[in-house]
Amino acid sequence: MAEAGRLSTGATAIPLLELRGITKAFPGVIANQDISLKVMPGEIHALLGENGAGKSTLVKIIYGVLGADAGEIRWNGQPTAIANPNPARALGIGMIFQHFSLFEALSVTENIALAMKGPLDLGALAKRISELSQVYGLPIDPHRVVHTLSVGERQRIEIVRCLLNEPKLLIMDEPTSVLTPQEVERLFDTLRRLSREGRAILYISHKLEEIRALCHKATILRHGRVVAECDPTTQSARDMAQMMIGEELRTPEHSGAKDTAEVKLVVEGLSVASDDPFGIDLDDVSFEVRGGEILGIAGVAGNGQRELMNAVTGETLADAPEAIRMMDQAVGRKGPRFRRRLGVALVPEERLGHGAVPDMSLLDNAYLSGYDRMNLTRAGFVAGAERARYTKRIVSEFDVRTPSVDAAARSLSGGNLQKFIVGREILQTPDLIVVSQPTWGVDAGAAAAIHQALIDLANGGAAVLVISQDLDEIFQLADRFLVINEGRVSRSLDPKEVSLEEVGMLMGGLHGADSSAGEVGNAP
Amino acid sequence: MLLRLEPRGEASRAWVYATPFLAVAATVFGGAVIFALLGQDPLEGLYQFFIAPVTSLYGISELFVKATPIVLIAVGLAFGFRANVWNIGAEGQLTMGAIAGGGLALAFYEVESSFLLPAMIVTGVLGGMAWASIPAWLKTRFNANEILTSLMLTYVATLFLSTLVHGPWRDPEGYNFPESRLFHDAATMPLIWDGTRLHLGSMITLLLVVAGWVLLTRTLAGFQIKVVGLAPQAAAFAGFSRTKMIWTTLLLSGGLAGMAGLFEVAGPIGQLLPTISPGYGFTAIIVAFLGRLHPVGILMAGLLVALSYLGGEIVQIELGMPQAVTGVFQGMLLFFLLASDVLIRYRPRFGRHSLGTGS
Repeated sequence: MAEAGRLSTGATAIPLLELRGITKAFPGVIANQDISLKVMPGEIHALLGENGAGKSTLVKIIYGVLGADAGEIRWNGQPTAIANPNPARALGIGMIFQHFSLFEALSVTENIALAMKGPLDLGALAKRISELSQVYGLPIDPHRVVHTLSVGERQRIEIVRCLLNEPKLLIMDEPTSVLTPQEVERLFDTLRRLSREGRAILYISHKLEEIRALCHKATILRHGRVVAECDPTTQSARDMAQMMIGEELRTPEHSGAKDTAEVKLVVEGLSVASDDPFGIDLDDVSFEVRGGEILGIAGVAGNGQRELMNAVTGETLADAPEAIRMMDQAVGRKGPRFRRRLGVALVPEERLGHGAVPDMSLLDNAYLSGYDRMNLTRAGFVAGAERARYTKRIVSEFDVRTPSVDAAARSLSGGNLQKFIVGREILQTPDLIVVSQPTWGVDAGAAAAIHQALIDLANGGAAVLVISQDLDEIFQLADRFLVINEGRVSRSLDPKEVSLEEVGMLMGGLHGADSSAGEVGNAP
Repeated sequence: MLLRLEPRGEASRAWVYATPFLAVAATVFGGAVIFALLGQDPLEGLYQFFIAPVTSLYGISELFVKATPIVLIAVGLAFGFRANVWNIGAEGQLTMGAIAGGGLALAFYEVESSFLLPAMIVTGVLGGMAWASIPAWLKTRFNANEILTSLMLTYVATLFLSTLVHGPWRDPEGYNFPESRLFHDAATMPLIWDGTRLHLGSMITLLLVVAGWVLLTRTLAGFQIKVVGLAPQAAAFAGFSRTKMIWTTLLLSGGLAGMAGLFEVAGPIGQLLPTISPGYGFTAIIVAFLGRLHPVGILMAGLLVALSYLGGEIVQIELGMPQAVTGVFQGMLLFFLLASDVLIRYRPRFGRHSLGTGS
């Protein structure tokens, strides 16, 4: 990462963007308190913090989506009011959101045209897109339809869409969370080129190695305040993490499975056609998980993880009973209720609406998966006292912060709800637990607690299957892992031996032109 | 100028329960305006519509007679609506229940047995269930929209009833009127209040309201129905089968509608006629929503709407107003309820929208 830190701006230069004392409160929480920062032209400035630290609120204020309660925004030294994103764009601020707003059924050019004002010549626009994508190393075909594109390619559309407006400041919200290591490296090349042209980049992330590789300066937020400013090239990742979290980092330990342990889950030759027209079909997936073992499934989002999860939970049934065996029983044609009775616990990726009913209380949501296994139903009636006891145990043992067990699931923060859901499943003393994206959008404290709980479960002899897009998480937790790509899984890999480059190649698949991109930068 | 609706953060819980009252108030006000426009004294009109019907004991008993089928059907429908199963054909299921149960009464004409009436009730329920099972099967087998199929089957049922009473089931001593024989005593609902038409069905309905309340709030079955409606994916995750819920809720609502139909023909009507219901099956949809899909709320809403039937009759007689007044009042009630529901969740804004890309 040779280039990082070589930015030179005179001490007297006027910052492109300066925030002074920005404060923003929401009912019950102060999201930003007295935040000041400066971004110089051409600077890649990291905004670092845990989920809920106030990063998103701050950039929404800069982009005019939210208004600040107090404080001042200066653009090129001039106090500026940004009431909504239109003046922000007029000033030259562009933003790439974490979730793309693209129409799947339209082409790249059409999607970009939708965001443009005034009469358009689609042909000329397509040419312009090709030019830009060449100059900045963002290969996209303007005529491709969006649903045929990978996540990395979709991100390039968003970037090109921003570049068409000639931005002076580009804001990127967690841009690498959905990319393979090679795609990340390619994105960084583009960002460095933009920086050399004098465009500033405000880069939001909680991935420390990336920030060390890319950024010139970092502002660290915690609980809505600026806790530190530093030069990330000279700080260690561990130091920055401790500034971000405010406490000592604990690395969970796991002993690993013995080869003699009983096999709890066998998936053999599983092929499932997706019910979603834009979904991925599972193709001849095979693996097994033993008691005491944590098996990881890595891969870029949208490569069949959802379909695999649904097949393992029983929400979609396999064609053959023998395709999935749990605790030595063929369950391919059995639904979730049967599998739960065998001692299977399930944590889906989507918390609200899948793992929990948003408008129902924690009591009801505890009942949602525990009604059978926890004996919460007597002759068809809800056993109210037992349900309350079970719910309170989840809340206390897993440190779920909630005003009461009557609170609606949607009123909990992401991390708290995830702790609740994981706790609900773990208290059912499963022999096998299947978890998808266990710490997605969860603050570091809760993530560590969830990781520890899964490790404890494995140490107690249960089999654990973790599906995650977060490679760091896979490397931290798994004894073995597979990579899923286009609905197929790779051979079993050992996280201690495999190179990151090989993982990246497997994640990109054989068809990806991306696999030829240069060296792999960020170590897990 | 452009009217936009902007979502509010959280819908206020207090308002969710307050809006039915707001809707009633707005309906009363709208009614006064309509009376005035028709050249009537608005206060006199409102008095005749809302107060006069319940100024006598007989009037009050009639209120319960009218409310019985409406509440019974609405309780069943509420379970379906909570599970996002939209049975709009309760009127047809009511008709088939009346045909099935009434047919049994005609088949055992003059047979004095205390088993006959219970058997009629069971057959009535089965008739309604059978009719509701057609949309259930079409929905689960072909994914056919139950709103359309159940609604269309309503017309089949009412025409079928008409065919029967014009033909094979016509009273042989009835001077060719399209009516069946009058049911004999063993085949009619016992009265529970002498001198009125109030019958045992009202008691059964009250019991079923309580049973519905318990089912909805205290049982696994009720929980499943709520989860399927609120979060279908979470229901799949928990292992609750959507197909099973479609069948359960359609059979339940069809069965109760069939029971309501049987109560009508074996109760206040006492025979089969070409038309046995002034649209109770459709009114029950309004009542289910006005009662917030909760059995106790439905009981109150059912009494209110029953009042609109009685009030409509009185303003016809006393003020010479058209029969459509009843429908207008029921329509206003639903309109104002839905409008205030929208306003709980959204805030109206005038002018142009300026926010760009969403986040």
